[in-house]
Parts: sequence; C-alpha cells; structure tokens
Amino acid sequence: MRVTKSFALASAGLLLATSFAFAQSTEIRVGAPLEPPMLDPTAGAAEAIDVVVYQNVFEGLTRIDQTGAVQPGLASAWTVSEDGLTYRFTLNDGVTFHDGTAFDAEDVKFTFERILAEDSVNAQKALYEAISAVTVIDPLTVEFTLSRPDGLFLFNIGRGDAVIVAPESAANNATDPIGTGPFAFVQWDRGSRVILEQYGPYWGEKPALTKATYVFIGDTATMTNALLAGDVDGTYNFAAEALPVFDGNPQFKVLVGSTEGETILSTNNAKSPFDKLEVRQAMAHAINRQEIIDGATYGYGVPIGSHFAPHHPYYIDLTNTYPYDLDKARELLTEAGYPDGFSATLKLPPVNYARVSGQIIASEFAKVGIKLELVNMEWAQWLEDVFANKDFDLTIISHVEPFDIGIYANPDYYFGYNNPEVQALNETLNATTDEAKRKELAQEMQTIIAKDAVNGFLFELAQTGVWNAKLEGMWQNAPVEGVVLRNVHWVE
Amino acid sequence: MTLYILRRIFGFLVTLLIAAAVIFFLLDLLPGDPARFILGINATPEAVAALRLQMGLDDPAIVRFGNWLFGMLRGDFGLSQTQKLPVAGLIADRMAVTLPLTIFAMVISVVIGLPLGILAARHRGKIIDTGLMILAQTGVAIPNFWFGMLLTLLFAVTLRWLPPGGFTPWNEDAWASLRGLVLPSLALALPQAAILARVMRTALVDVSSQDFIRTARAKGMTFGEALWRHGVRNALLPVLTILGLQFAFLVAGTIIVENVFYLPGLGKLIYTAIMERDLVLVRSATIILVLVVSFTMLVVDLAYGFVDPRIRERRA
Repeated sequence: MRVTKSFALASAGLLLATSFAFAQSTEIRVGAPLEPPMLDPTAGAAEAIDVVVYQNVFEGLTRIDQTGAVQPGLASAWTVSEDGLTYRFTLNDGVTFHDGTAFDAEDVKFTFERILAEDSVNAQKALYEAISAVTVIDPLTVEFTLSRPDGLFLFNIGRGDAVIVAPESAANNATDPIGTGPFAFVQWDRGSRVILEQYGPYWGEKPALTKATYVFIGDTATMTNALLAGDVDGTYNFAAEALPVFDGNPQFKVLVGSTEGETILSTNNAKSPFDKLEVRQAMAHAINRQEIIDGATYGYGVPIGSHFAPHHPYYIDLTNTYPYDLDKARELLTEAGYPDGFSATLKLPPVNYARVSGQIIASEFAKVGIKLELVNMEWAQWLEDVFANKDFDLTIISHVEPFDIGIYANPDYYFGYNNPEVQALNETLNATTDEAKRKELAQEMQTIIAKDAVNGFLFELAQTGVWNAKLEGMWQNAPVEGVVLRNVHWVE
Repeated sequence: MTLYILRRIFGFLVTLLIAAAVIFFLLDLLPGDPARFILGINATPEAVAALRLQMGLDDPAIVRFGNWLFGMLRGDFGLSQTQKLPVAGLIADRMAVTLPLTIFAMVISVVIGLPLGILAARHRGKIIDTGLMILAQTGVAIPNFWFGMLLTLLFAVTLRWLPPGGFTPWNEDAWASLRGLVLPSLALALPQAAILARVMRTALVDVSSQDFIRTARAKGMTFGEALWRHGVRNALLPVLTILGLQFAFLVAGTIIVENVFYLPGLGKLIYTAIMERDLVLVRSATIILVLVVSFTMLVVDLAYGFVDPRIRERRA
C-alpha cells in the first residue's frame, strides 16, 4: 500500500523532473547498500569492497566477463603445458599503477607470494594453494607452477582476491588503493561515498565515464527515494520488494540477471536426526519451492534441485528429485522413527531472503510435524555459531562463490557432509581439464548431492539492478562480485 | 556553590570509570569473531589466526582493558580494526555532521516548542490549548524517520528543492552541506518540539496555581504578565532537564534519521562498527558518547544552580 502511494507521488515528481534538461554526462553516481570496511580486495571477503574496486581500480592477470568467461586482463596471452601444471603468461606492456610506478612480472610474483605467505590474510587463500612457484622469466613473462592440475585456475586468478598489487603500495591499499585499472581512487568520505576518477595513462581502452561516485545507502525506502529524486543513477542489486516502483517507469530500467548464489536450507548432516537420510528426504518433500521463491524473492529466484547455478553449462535440472509431497514426507519421517515429527532450531542470518524463507519453511514443516524455532542472528554471531562452531540444526544461507560444489567434498565444512564418493569425484574433477569430462563429473556430483538431500535446495538468487534508462553497459549478471564500470556510458 | 560543583564533577568521573568497565567487558562477551567476520566463510583457519594476531585479539581481556584505559588517558583512542584508521579522527569526522545536525534540531525545537507551550498554558482549557495539545500529541506519536520519509517525498522527490539525503563535506561546498541538513534537522526537531511544548505547558500550568502568581495578580498584573514575568522562569527547571536529555539523545540517537537521509553521522558509525565487530571503535566511540552525555548532565546540573538559587544554597 505504501509503495502505491509513494509511486503516485513519485510519478507526479517525475512529470516535473522531465521539464529539466539534462546535459550529456560522463559521470555516474552508483547507489550501494553497504559501505566497504576498507578497500583492499585481497585482505577481506566483504562484497562491498569488490563492488567499488574490482576491475575499476584493481585488475588481475585474467578478467572475468559478465557471462563468467575468462578473458585476457593484465596478461595478454598464456600457454598451458600438456600436464596442466605450468602456465606461462605474457604481460601487457606499458601498464602503470596509479602512483606512476610501472607494472611488470615482479609485481605478479609479489602479489601471489603475498597471498600464499604464512601471515597472509587473504580471504580465499585456499583457492591459490595449488601454486607451488611463481617464476619471473623476463619483465613481461611470468610462469606459474602448480602442484596439481586445477581446472579453475584461470578463473580464480581473475577474481578480486588475486588482483595485482605493487610492493610499494600494497600495505596502504586498505585506505588508499593503488591498482592498474581504468579508474583511480580519489577520495573516501567515510559513511557517505567513495569517488573514483578516470586514470589518464590507462593502458587499455579508455572508459566512457570520467568520474564515478559510490553513494552508500543502507535503507531500501531511502534508496528508492534517492533513485526517484535522481540523487543516484542506479543501483546494481536492489531489494525485490521495491522493484514494482520502477517496473514500467520509463525513466528507469530494471535489469534482472543471474548470480552465483545458491540459497539453501543448510542442514547439519553430522547431527541427529539430520544424519538420517530419510529425515532429510522428508524435509525435501515438505518444501514447496515456488511458495518460498514467491514469498522471499518476489518471484525473481530460480528454483534449484542441487548445489549448482542454473545458467552454468554443466547444470542439470534436479528440481524433481524430491517433489513437494506431504504424504511422502510423513511416510519417510515414520520410517526414520519420527512418526510425530521432531523439534529443531533454524538460525537465520540478517538478510531478508533468509528471514522470509525461514518463516515460510517453518510453516511448511509444521504440516508434517517438524516444529522449527526461528532464531535471528547478526552476521558476526552467525559466522561464529553456525559456521565456525557448527552449533546449529538448520540455517538458510546463499553460497555466493562461483562453482563451489567442492564444499561438499570437505567433511569439515559446517554442514558436515561426509561422502567418500563425492570426495573422490571432486578430486578427479579438479584434476581434469577436458571440458566434456569435467561436465560429466560435475553432473554426477550434482546428482549424488541431490539424492542425498544434503541440504534443502531452494533457489538461485537473482541480481535485480535498477538503473537510469539512459545508462548502458552495466553488467546484468553477477558471475563474480563487483560493479564493473568499464563499459558503462550515457546514451541520448 | 564550590562544594556543589566539586561533588558534581566527582560524580561525573566515577560515572565515566564505571561506564568504561561495563562497556569493555560487555563488548568482550559479545559472540562473534572480528577476524572471521572480515575474512568471511571461505577463509582458511591460518588466515583467521594471522589476522587475530595482527588485530591483537589474543591478549587476555584484563591486559587489553588496561591498554585501552591508559591509551585514553594519553588521548589515544586506538586504531579501528576494520578501517585501519585512528578512532579519534573517525569520530571527529562524524561529529562534523552530528553536532551541527543536533544543534539545528535543538534550535528548531526550542523555537517552535517553547512559544507553543507558553501559548497553550496562557489559554489553558480554551480551544487554542486543546488544539495545540492535540497537535503536540500527534507530534510525539509520529516517528521521526517516517516524518523524514514524508519530507523527502515532498521536498526532494516531488518538488526537488532539497537533496533526498547524503552529505557534502563542509570544506567542499558549505552551502550544499547546509542544504543537506535541512530535512534531517526538521525530521529530528518535530517530535522534540512536541515534547518541549507539552513539558513547557505542564510546568507553567503547575506554576500558575502557586501562591506567588496569585500575589502578582493581586498586585495588579494581568494573568499573562504574571505568567511571563514570574511563571516562565520557575517553569524552566523541568524544561532544562528535558533539553539536556534531548541533546544527549540527539547526539547518540540520530541513527535512524541518519539512515533515512544517508548521513555519515556518529550513530551510523557505531551501528556499523557493532555489526562488523570493530570492538576498538565501538568501545571508544561509546565512551566518548558517555562523556558527552555525562558532560551535558553536568552542565544541566550546574545550570539548575543558576536558574534556581535554592538549589545551590541547599546543596552547599
């Protein structure tokens, strides 16, 4: 109801606004819901860091494009040895950091040695542990030696966690980031905004924008007003419940794309009664996926039946493995020795999709006698209780890492799934570089995980951006975290 | 008077020390590992351990408490764990928004609230009084953030006279900074003005039934004159108390309005720091707030003495 009212008011405002003439701009103001705690993407996991700096301020050897494919970045070309253990990269010439120092193979070596060091605080250190040596051949050639083949190596070095930093400036990147990207960091008014400006001597194709300001607005209703009032030109992932205000408004466009976020009802497989397959199957039968998607994502989520992104070429549809069937669920519960159901807690992190999904699932489970107690938590508490100490029955969380099915091969992971078959498959998958073979292995893993009903597989989060209708070139999908401004421009 | 002041100051210092201990040890009990929070769910245990070491989280609590207290005595409030910057500077930056905002809101609420309260008391029981008090009751009941959203919709989205939020630093464009503070100060001031009006009216009504007002009337003053010359000053005590509380509330409690207008104020700084488990920042910022609040209360106490000679004489 409130949305309708503000929409009516807003439309009146826009009629007025159209009478003002707008000059062709080369500046953009991007609304972001979270302010980064600091700006070094190699020393923290916060998405907010990558949103500002990834591919804008910092670049990696490879570059991930908006379809998730790997493109050349600071490395213009590379060759891979037969055994998949040696990668030789040719680096672009004439690249400089924003402080004027030159980029060469020594910086690459420094970057990766810093990630792998004893005292490294890289949030994704594990992704790079296959690297056994980085050798400088000449200033524009660098060779990586791996201890085992790694099918995702080229993707992983294109992530925000492996952007190239310089020994002269790396220590200060948290507050004064110095990279090689098309935009240089100018100013950060804490609590309010970060300003980037085009870097004149950029080695690659110049971006159309000369200045970009990230404005941090946490509240959804406030962001709506800021968009309507023209104080920000767009936001990359807006709350689904606010989208009706912008749908069909000619001043704006809503970009709906995919993310890598598999949202699951994480289940503590190591704990009774969830260690029983029948109990997990019963829960899977009791879940009405569409109801959850409609309630928690306003219909924008995509159903998943296993832990895999639907837009990925290796995906197979397993949503019908355990269809919604309450009788079947009760039957399985009886078989497992819980004819009257049981009680459990569902710990929910402070994100809207989790809180709403939690309420819907609790009412769905109640129909088969599973009584859920909902416990709302802050992030820090959730990370410690659920993730680090594994002190939970059920939780709801979106796993946003790309291609992260490997977490099911780690018996120490928080949901405690220990299946040697999956572990063996994952090892083979990691060591395989042949595409067709990889696809087959990945699909086999998806199927086993779905059949084991390891977790309740709910939906893939959508990315829903709202932008000024005259802006082009934004990423619609989010294959990695970031708001890449390289191709963004204004059109008449 | 001197003894009165000394006792107030001693109370002020004891409050600070107790607050410091409570803040420190309560925060220490908060679940959640700051290092784990920064590195997220894919971090290796070694990386988390390395960061804990870097952040000095592994020392015993009592050692960290001591370090903190002595640091503060030297004027060193520590380094924010997530932002890697001195806490004192971070807070000073936020004060450049929060203090002007608070002062504007206070001024607006006094300018609106007190005259309306006096007006209502003068016309006690009449239609003006009833009307004003209904208005004030509404003002108290309206949440300031909601009023803020309405202001934004009207003045920023529809009329486009003022920005919907955000803050331009003073040294960049002071005019833009001022414009940015208009709507939030109005949003903050309305409920405060309503409260002030009610308190002022009640206090004046109480005073007006006192003997000295009757005496003043007997000497030939009109009711309005008697109220103005003898009543208002006597009614100021409860108003001062409320003003002190309001100032403290505005400095520390503008977080929701700051969110509505995306202003980089102190409330938002502390809120974010709690979410990110930046304990150094939270406790230093909180103790500074305690300092501001206790100091305001000290000033109010001393002001009582000024307004009311009975207090300074009795307590001395």
